[in-house]
Amino acid sequence: MEHLKTAIDYAKDARGIVTLTIDMPGQATNTMNEVFREAYRAVVERIEAERNDITGIILTSGKPTFFAGGDLKSLLSADDAAALFARAEATKVPMRRLEKLGKPVVAAINGTALGGGFELALACHARFAVNDAALQLGLPEASLGLIPGAGGIVRLVRLLGLEAAVPLIVDGTVFGPERALQLKLLTGLALDKEQLIEKARQWILENVTSEQPWDRKDFRIPGSTSNAAAPLAWLRTAPMLLMKKHRQRYPAAEAAMSAAIEGAAVDFDTASRIESRYLANVAVGGVAKNMIRTFFFQMNEIKSRKSRPDGIPAAKFGRVGILGAGLMGRGIAQVCAQRGIPVVLKDVSAEQAGKAKSQIESNLAKQVAKSGLSAERMQTALALITPSAEASDLAGSELLIEAVFEDRKLKAEVTRGSEPYLSTGGIFASNTSTLPITGLAQASARPENFVGLHFFSPVDRMPLVEVIKGARTSLDTLARAYDFVQQVGKIPIVVNDSRGFFTSRVFGTFTREGGAMLAEGVDPAEIENAAVWVGMPVGPLAVMDETSLSLAWSVRLQTIADLRAEGRSAPEHPHWAVIDKMVNVLKRPGRAGGGGFYDYPEGGKKRLWPGLKEHFPPSAKRIPPQDLGDRFLFIQAIEAVRCIEEKVVESPRDANIGAVLGIGYPRWTGGPLQYIDMIGARKFVQRASDLAGNYGDRFVPPALLMQVAESNGPFCA
Amino acid sequence: MAEAMIFDAIRTPRGKGRRDGALYEVGPVQLLAGLMQELERRTHLDTAEINDVLIGCVQPYAEQGGVIAKTAALAARWDWKGAGLQLNRYCGSGLDAVNLAAQKIRSGWDDLVVTGGVESMSRMGIGAAPSVRDHQPRLSFDLKMIPQGVSADLLATLDGRTREDVDRYAFRSQQLAAQARDEGRFDESLVPVRDLNGMVLLASDEAIRYDATLEGLAKLKPSFAEMGEFGGFDVIAQSKYPKLEQIRHVHTAGNSSGIVDGAALMLIGSEAKGRQLGLKPRARVIATAALGVEPTIMLTGPAPVTQIALGKAGLNFDDIDLFEVNEAFASVVLRFLDDTNVPIEKVNVNGGAIALGHPLGATGCMLVGTLLDELERRKLKRGVATLCAADGMGVATVIERI
Repeated sequence: MEHLKTAIDYAKDARGIVTLTIDMPGQATNTMNEVFREAYRAVVERIEAERNDITGIILTSGKPTFFAGGDLKSLLSADDAAALFARAEATKVPMRRLEKLGKPVVAAINGTALGGGFELALACHARFAVNDAALQLGLPEASLGLIPGAGGIVRLVRLLGLEAAVPLIVDGTVFGPERALQLKLLTGLALDKEQLIEKARQWILENVTSEQPWDRKDFRIPGSTSNAAAPLAWLRTAPMLLMKKHRQRYPAAEAAMSAAIEGAAVDFDTASRIESRYLANVAVGGVAKNMIRTFFFQMNEIKSRKSRPDGIPAAKFGRVGILGAGLMGRGIAQVCAQRGIPVVLKDVSAEQAGKAKSQIESNLAKQVAKSGLSAERMQTALALITPSAEASDLAGSELLIEAVFEDRKLKAEVTRGSEPYLSTGGIFASNTSTLPITGLAQASARPENFVGLHFFSPVDRMPLVEVIKGARTSLDTLARAYDFVQQVGKIPIVVNDSRGFFTSRVFGTFTREGGAMLAEGVDPAEIENAAVWVGMPVGPLAVMDETSLSLAWSVRLQTIADLRAEGRSAPEHPHWAVIDKMVNVLKRPGRAGGGGFYDYPEGGKKRLWPGLKEHFPPSAKRIPPQDLGDRFLFIQAIEAVRCIEEKVVESPRDANIGAVLGIGYPRWTGGPLQYIDMIGARKFVQRASDLAGNYGDRFVPPALLMQVAESNGPFCA
Repeated sequence: MAEAMIFDAIRTPRGKGRRDGALYEVGPVQLLAGLMQELERRTHLDTAEINDVLIGCVQPYAEQGGVIAKTAALAARWDWKGAGLQLNRYCGSGLDAVNLAAQKIRSGWDDLVVTGGVESMSRMGIGAAPSVRDHQPRLSFDLKMIPQGVSADLLATLDGRTREDVDRYAFRSQQLAAQARDEGRFDESLVPVRDLNGMVLLASDEAIRYDATLEGLAKLKPSFAEMGEFGGFDVIAQSKYPKLEQIRHVHTAGNSSGIVDGAALMLIGSEAKGRQLGLKPRARVIATAALGVEPTIMLTGPAPVTQIALGKAGLNFDDIDLFEVNEAFASVVLRFLDDTNVPIEKVNVNGGAIALGHPLGATGCMLVGTLLDELERRKLKRGVATLCAADGMGVATVIERI
């Protein structure tokens, strides 16, 4: 006889306590799909039928995690809002019935419960969780362009009030059991699964009947006043601050806030319907598709090492040496130490190295003060950092990371001087942001063990690392470098050696476009605003000031020289005339040099230099605002396509994740190639051709893009 | 077609809109009822002849709730035969009440209408009650509205006004208001507010700052900088005006309209009715207009709406002798002057809301009354009253002295 495993196991004990163990067959995690919906409906029906023999219900999971959340695959393909609305409503019915039955229902959270999983727990009258630091709770839907749609908004608002609940939902905050307890979202903690179930049982026996606070007659939403669901001051500022933060590019954030506030003015069940409508509305939208595709599916592929060479055993690094204790060097040392890897931080003098360690210390102290790092963990990390001026201290390093100035000669010296101390089979990485790895590897005794590891600043906060293959880098080295990046908790993308690698190369097109606009006579404030309103974190003129106009100019001169040596000419761009004028004529080299496109008054906010109007006179021609924003997004997307064409990056996921995490390409697009898919390759090509006609050949779609448009296919499968 | 004749216009003095203001203890219904009794007395009015009472009131909740026009009329013991109506077009309400009254008379379907406005800002502060947007943030997301103070600063930035420009205008308002008050130019229409025993609570506008100086004005903190910079409103304004690097916050309590309590009334009717009741017409309303402008900049209505009203009367700006342009914020009047090229000597000649205060629902009616008094004093012929209003609206009225 076939023994069919059901999704939810129903077990009643001698005291009438029913334990529901969710363990969906054929799935690594429990999700809110059709199987679950059907199983939950059936189980609630059964409980209602047997209610007279039931004391209470425990809800737990048979998997290592409690419940993962919504069925993202089906959400990705959903295009019918009415159907999604019906589905959301159907999911909620058994949850609501169980909640109102009058029997205590307790969630025994044995593992991570995010999104729909957390919503299931919120629908219980009590919640206990195992006190495991790795256990995550929360409603992270907003980070994928969605909103909680299984009652999470409605219930969280009624548990915590609008002021406390809305940020958790809009920011998609994820937290651990201790924090959840602090927030009063958990009834208690347990040491392990056994104690968890016991506590749940105990609670049921002590709470013979149960009713949610919001089903009581005199219920008021916490924080509500006599004439509004929250203080008017909050109601009037929260939406504005949201608009300021997200520049109206994130429908989910606005939908979450709307569902929460609109729902707070009506009864529970009406609020629940409003929530379902807003979910249906955002889920069928392009931004949700973008974010799900990139930040769930593509990110998972990266995390599960799809871009890492197969068949090479996983590497774990026990000792790392960093050469150069500047901003990047000490940042890398800090993240290594925080992940428990002993690290030697070497510089030219003991004083320099010591100073660098002090700077790491004050950096960590800030984390203790502001973001909940424990003083103990800070000391543990510091103890793992050894400042040094002696190359011999590097002995035994399994990985050496060179992070000195962008100077070939210096890097070569440092490489030759430290490589002898690498342990057998150890690998050598350069943190260069501009110099091709293959060239730098020439200084190495073992170029097959030489690789690029391009970190981003500030290292402790930027999650991305470009892993760069030189011409002779072995697959083994690549795999182990990939492993190192994951070991320090960062996200690796694999890049083939070339000028500017991936991120710098793509980002350069953004800043150059800003320069081109200035040359055309576009108002500089309008340039900066257009970039920020399309979702870039900072305007191109401000960025160029920060990264130094004079540096950009000298890199340009070097590039021209290098290419001439290869018998090639450097590509022209209207931006260079602007930089030339700023640096060489107007003597405004950038922020560090006393001013660039902006003035930087002492103790005040930066202001656009008034001289820009005179030297880059406003054009009478009116450029449609839409064109400005599109130019910023399109030019970077086109460059990303070129990078795929030239195999600088080999998969769209690396391009998407790399652009979003490394250079601030707006999250709502899902990355440059996902952006092309959102618009549709054919429409993108058409628009790009328009832009080329009006603004320059650099917008002419590359051949690969034309091919994709021809076949009408998506870029990202 | 019956013409709309203005027979009389009176107002209370404006009390400070705070708990220590002289009119705080009076309350809006009494403020209006007291004025109504005075109107009845001085025009020897048989209140049974009144067809309707139109009162502008911008915060019609709680103490100003219901239909305050009818409540006050009943409280003033007027004959219950007259109807009552409360209307709201934000700051324009008092002028809209006048315009609506004029239109009713011209239509021939009403013969005698009392119109005006009231606002007790000491009792009902701006924004005290929840509004639509508070319950539906989607409206904020879609409409991108900003508070009027930030709009005023946006306007000043777009027009290149410096802090000195707006303070200088404010100083003028204070000086002219003080002069007008000292010369008794308001005396004809000003009705002291009394308590139930007849004791005077307030006889003249108490918000005027005799001690105003340019230096003192320069010291005041910008009122809308914090909400603009930290509340996100500057960024929202930039979404509509992307050529702005930042909003210059130049408006302060000293160069924005004052918060005050006050009420005003006007008696409007047909010529025939006036003859029947022995009322002598002082002026006729010859045109009215209302329009909408871009809601984020909000405050640019006065010039275009005046243009429309003048067009309806077959006139242009040169034909007008005096203008009352509500001083919601200094930059509003400065923009009007730029847009119309009207010489400043014709505008707000007895000061304005910066000095006198702006009792929201009443101001529009007060402006017409002040205008009329001054046209009579100077023996001039035509005047325009105009105000900007929130959500991007404007109202105007053209009157012609008999």
